[in-house]
Amino acid sequence: MLELLNKPWPWYVAGPLIGLMVPLLLILGNKTFGISSSLRHICAMCLPGSISFFDYNWRKEMWNLFFVAGILIGGFIASSFLGNSEPVQLNPLLIEELQRKGVNDFSGLMPGDLFNWKMLITLKGFILMVVGGFLVGFGTRYAGGCTSGHSIMGLSTLQWPSLVATCCFMAGGFIMANLVLPSILAL
Amino acid sequence: MNSPTESNLDFEVQSLDKESLHRTAEDSGWANKIKFLIAGALFGIILVKSEVISWFRIQEMFRLQSFHMYGVIGSAIVTAMICVQLIKRFDIKTLNGERIRITPKSFNKGQVYGGLLFGFGWALTGACPGPLFAQIGSGFTVIIVTLVSAIAGTWVYGWIRERLPH
Repeated sequence: MLELLNKPWPWYVAGPLIGLMVPLLLILGNKTFGISSSLRHICAMCLPGSISFFDYNWRKEMWNLFFVAGILIGGFIASSFLGNSEPVQLNPLLIEELQRKGVNDFSGLMPGDLFNWKMLITLKGFILMVVGGFLVGFGTRYAGGCTSGHSIMGLSTLQWPSLVATCCFMAGGFIMANLVLPSILAL
Repeated sequence: MNSPTESNLDFEVQSLDKESLHRTAEDSGWANKIKFLIAGALFGIILVKSEVISWFRIQEMFRLQSFHMYGVIGSAIVTAMICVQLIKRFDIKTLNGERIRITPKSFNKGQVYGGLLFGFGWALTGACPGPLFAQIGSGFTVIIVTLVSAIAGTWVYGWIRERLPH
């Protein structure tokens, strides 16, 4: 049992567990699974300006902010007490490609040599963390949902607009990862 | 004020749906919130243990170099789909005894343009919004900057949204 807790979970364990979040939230309080909306509630709470998009009763969606605070706590618990002892088992092709671009830290879940405070003031780090983050926030709200809201909640309830959104998420990711990111990493 | 009667393009903000006017029980009080905190913590643990928050795993996915992420997302969808069908079939109620409702949403062009933009961001940061929070919790403190930038992106979208095609 403890061994299972200290090893990474295979997809056929993790996937169904993630899927169970959908009925869990429905039964806990008729809530639909979706995380990116928390960013909208934070805007509505902290800096609504006079923007109509942020002029709504965010208190009704407080549960969502508690949910994301929980994700943060869960991330802490998992990495502090249930940490995966070995590096991620990656495809050697990816390792080789990244090494050619100067990425050498494969010990953690994130490449420590790309995602750190010092890299933030370099062009490469700025694009990866700041521009990337901006696109995540802007894009998810423009699309009306993210991987959880569209790809899991939307697809599992057979909503075809969510299929369109998911295909576009993937298309955007394929374009960025294969055609643009290599040049960014070479900076 | 964004009244619940105008059409809500957001798939994730239920309180802006027309139907929410008829919703009865409103969650209030701390006990009601704590259960969502715990649910979130479970989700966060799953995200870390399955390596879904790994930037490397996202790169593998978009390069078709590993089945892992496809397996995770695919089996999550199938599991959720079966559960939703069971809820409908057996008319399973919420803890408060409320009927479970899922409001159908309509298509707009934002799902295409916004979807592509989010896809770019997903490949750069290696994270969708859920994993951002889990990465910060895992000790990658610099991701706080990415999160703040994502909030800024959301704010700018809200600011210029009337001028964008939907």
